[in-house]
Amino acid sequence: METILFNQIWIIPLITVLACIPISASRAKLLRGIHTASASLVLAIVCFLTYRVYSMGAAPATDAANPLLLRFFIDIPWLSLFNAHYTVGADGLNMLLLALTAFIVWAGVLVSYNIKGNQKVFFALIQILATSVYGVYMSFDLVLFFVFYEMEALCMYLMIACYGSGRRDYGGKKLTLTLAFGSSMILATLFGLYFEGGVNSWSLMELSKVTFPMEFQMWAFPLMFMGFAVSSSLFPFHFWSPDGHSSAPTAVSMLAAGVMMKMGAYGCLRVAMFLMPEAAKFWLPYVVALLIFNVVLGPFIAIRHKDLKYITAYSSISHLGLIFLGLAAITPIGLRGASLQMISHGFLTGLFFATIGMIYERTHTRDITQMGGIMRKMPFLGVGFVLAGFAGLGLPGFSGFIAESTIFIGAFQQPSTLTRFVTILAILSITTTAVYILQTANRMLHGPLPQKYESLTDGCFREKLVIVVLVACLLFIGVCPGWISEMLDWSIAPIFEKFL
Amino acid sequence: MINDITLSYLIFLLPLLTFVVNGLFLGNRNAKAAAAFAIACNGLAAASAITVAIHYFCSGYAPQKAIMFDYEFLPFAGSLVAKIGMLVDPLSIMMLVVVTFISFMVNIYSVGYMREDRAEGRFFSLLSLFSFSMLGLVAATNLFQMFIFWELVGVSSYLLIGFWYHKPSAVSASKQAFILTRFADSFFLLGIVLVSYVVGSFDFSTINALSLHAFQASTVNLGLCSVSSAEALFIGSVLIFTGGWGKSAMFPMHIWLPNAMEGPTPVSSIIHSATMVVAGVYLVARLFPFFAACGDTLTIVMWVGAFTMVFAAVIACTQKDIKRILAYSTLSQLGYMMFALGACKIHQVYAVTGWTASTFHIFTHAFFKCSLFLIAGSLIHQVHTNDLDAMGGLRKKMPITYICTLISVLAISGIPPFSGFFSKDEIILAAFQGHHYVVFAVALFTSGLTAFYMFRMFFLAFHGEPRHEGVKAGHVHEDFAMTLPIVVLAVPALLSGILGKGLFEKFFVPGQLHVPQLLKLAHAPWIPFAAIGVAAIAIAIAWFFYASPKAKVQRALDSTNRSGIYKVIYHKFYFDEMYYAVVRQFIFGGIARVSRAFNDYIIEGLLAFCVWFIHKLGDLVRTAQAGYLPFYLGTLIVGVLLWRFFGQLPL
Repeated sequence: METILFNQIWIIPLITVLACIPISASRAKLLRGIHTASASLVLAIVCFLTYRVYSMGAAPATDAANPLLLRFFIDIPWLSLFNAHYTVGADGLNMLLLALTAFIVWAGVLVSYNIKGNQKVFFALIQILATSVYGVYMSFDLVLFFVFYEMEALCMYLMIACYGSGRRDYGGKKLTLTLAFGSSMILATLFGLYFEGGVNSWSLMELSKVTFPMEFQMWAFPLMFMGFAVSSSLFPFHFWSPDGHSSAPTAVSMLAAGVMMKMGAYGCLRVAMFLMPEAAKFWLPYVVALLIFNVVLGPFIAIRHKDLKYITAYSSISHLGLIFLGLAAITPIGLRGASLQMISHGFLTGLFFATIGMIYERTHTRDITQMGGIMRKMPFLGVGFVLAGFAGLGLPGFSGFIAESTIFIGAFQQPSTLTRFVTILAILSITTTAVYILQTANRMLHGPLPQKYESLTDGCFREKLVIVVLVACLLFIGVCPGWISEMLDWSIAPIFEKFL
Repeated sequence: MINDITLSYLIFLLPLLTFVVNGLFLGNRNAKAAAAFAIACNGLAAASAITVAIHYFCSGYAPQKAIMFDYEFLPFAGSLVAKIGMLVDPLSIMMLVVVTFISFMVNIYSVGYMREDRAEGRFFSLLSLFSFSMLGLVAATNLFQMFIFWELVGVSSYLLIGFWYHKPSAVSASKQAFILTRFADSFFLLGIVLVSYVVGSFDFSTINALSLHAFQASTVNLGLCSVSSAEALFIGSVLIFTGGWGKSAMFPMHIWLPNAMEGPTPVSSIIHSATMVVAGVYLVARLFPFFAACGDTLTIVMWVGAFTMVFAAVIACTQKDIKRILAYSTLSQLGYMMFALGACKIHQVYAVTGWTASTFHIFTHAFFKCSLFLIAGSLIHQVHTNDLDAMGGLRKKMPITYICTLISVLAISGIPPFSGFFSKDEIILAAFQGHHYVVFAVALFTSGLTAFYMFRMFFLAFHGEPRHEGVKAGHVHEDFAMTLPIVVLAVPALLSGILGKGLFEKFFVPGQLHVPQLLKLAHAPWIPFAAIGVAAIAIAIAWFFYASPKAKVQRALDSTNRSGIYKVIYHKFYFDEMYYAVVRQFIFGGIARVSRAFNDYIIEGLLAFCVWFIHKLGDLVRTAQAGYLPFYLGTLIVGVLLWRFFGQLPL
């Protein structure tokens, strides 16, 4: 029963899209209602299943899923031509990421009620995007994984190019082509893994039992790691994200920064590091050198920007850098911190982009120097933005602090000189984060109110609901981090075992 | 069932409840209800704290430590577990009483002070968040919990200093306060990570029980250099102290505190007396055995404190803004507390007088400083300006306030039998006993400066002729809600020294020290007389300049035509300007600009080059398919020939 429900997570969005085909595009209200209902249904299912995964604890899973602790595990032959299977399952890590995705998709649907253009197509694309992201997190067969992984970049391009703002064609192309470049690197290594593995299987579990030869790992690991890292905007492949985010519509920014960028880091951990631990041990201490840009210089670049979305994009770049710092630590605490940061940053950046979108809808500008004092006219949205900011700068009580402190403590346990140096710099750069967040909040929300903004209105119920739910998630993780860390620890233990 | 454990839960939960209820529900809808709720909850919390304190000190259990509750918050590896708990020892109980009591008083006062503000509900909500954060901080059982609440204290102060967010100066002051303390906190966090890595625990009980001998053998890689674990612990202790350095606004990270005067006066009052700036002193006091074990850390603490003490006192002598005078006086008093902790180190051995004196001074200072700020708020409320230029002659119009001010001013000047005398005397004694004669002389001199600038303020505000139109016209009255806390606070400002002395000397010792220590030192009986003498002379000078019948008050207030050194002091040694210059030139114009240029030109440039290269490559290949027949034919012939002669080619 629960297994069937689990598979519904990616099927429901697709069915919704099909069901909406006969409805005329002019009946936007009905369409929005259907899509909201569908997203809410998925959210409910995912929340229930997350609870189920948590309640199952660290109990051993079925033999087929060994060594991972996968619940709701299904393995059905799919494309017999090259042995691809439909293999899905859930452990703590991907279940929490699924929950994050469900929340962000739900919020994304709610904030897009006023989108300009053909709403029927827009919501259909959001649902297809959601399907692909769910698919990536659910699948444990590399072919299935890659198919879903590729679906998402194309949806993203259509949505940015058709519904975006500013230089939307440029931004969309830059995003999609860069991601495709990363995918090509991943694809090359996937074939390598299949043929070097020699078990005629694309299954992650089967491949993890193989010890790949060191010569193979030495080139395959960096290729695959960087391929995934492209979508998590690791330096030097971060350039797509500021332009992509700034030209995307609100919901797409939320999905891109909130869940899509986590897919890269998830892939690094779940596929690259899990399958090739020896090479990971060799390469990762060098990867941290790249993080000096992400973590240390990223916030400084954000200080110099005036466009809200650029600021948030660089803030995402720096926060995602911390995920890689946690991964590169190769300690259980570091890996847990990285996973926590994936989840925490998803909620946080979702809230950021949601409030920015709502404010932009009213002020029609994202330039913070043009704004001022709007806290007085829209206290609710302003408070939402400030709370997102506080979560972003790692204020205790919000999830960001839990994730960051876990990463710092975990990364400090890695004795390599470079890692320790970067960790120290990363800890000291929490000040820079505070600078750009407070500077933005103060310029935008505080101070005297310009004449032109006298008629602004505060958020409506739907917008307030989005803010309240996302803030509640941030607070919930921040105040009771115990259960989520437990869940992550159970699922990280088998991955970390490969490094021992 | 009401026992001490329930009460200690109540101490934390009531302010939190106030924050949540006022912030989410009562809020701005019903300001009166919000105020009443805040006062009721904070009053109950204060009553609980006092009950717990009485039980604790009267039970005979007293100087021992106990952990009331300790929840596992976030487990890391092994014994490295972040916990949220409540530590009970004389120091934390004393702080709980101070924080809840001051918070209660400030809440009452705010009813009067914020009456005309339209965001009263938000104000009461944030005020409770502030005291909740500080309560969590003082009751911390481990470094991690302390950091959590440390940050919450920082953010609540940010929200309260910038409470009037339509005022650009308040907004920039709040930003400055948050970022500067955050800067210090980043070092604090690094220190916590480093120390917990070496020690394997966050708990104060473990960290305070360390002895460096066990850590000589192993080494720690710090990225740039490799040091032994013992040295790493020393570095860690200095980093942790840096957190307190910033939070307690010690020189050179002091500039945020005077600028934070832009916030509402009740906020200044609570920041200066109970909830924020003493956190740094509290941190050092809490980790004292650890700092003592780490060797030279306490020497750094002493010099930082001593310099701030005299530096701030000198600036306070020239200021005209009544709140800024008080702010610099706080800096100076914090310097006293800080250096007293550092002065415990006597070459290789340690005495505990300084620790007792410092915690005692936290206690007495809280009452009279809170009282002084509330008084300043009352005056500002009457004359609508912070400037001493506009005050004067308020003695007759505000008699109750006048008497309470006199008590607090005498207390801070160290005149017996007022509270400040007892604690300050012990601090000066600690410097003398520690053979830190330079610091001792500076402390004595500063106590003279303190008496001078406080009485300067007192005389200028209350004596002489009224200089404000409103005061002349008699539009001055004493508001009940605002005067009540001032009167209540005058009682501890008067008595807490005499009554507290025995308690502090009996119970307040810094726990088990793992270093050689001197337990008893002879009291030098002439020191109190010297201190009183210096203060009395300073008061006389202040009287001569500002209150005697011959005093030229107008000339004293005139800041034009002054000598160069006066100007430098009046402009606070130009530290604000230096900060702005460094931040603007070095951070914004330097690092940030270079980073952005690197990203925008080098990275994007490389990208553009790659795109260009691919385009060119495409152009090159395209010529092969341009539909030009001779080219096709030529390629065919060359291909066939190649195939003929190099048939082995894998084509």
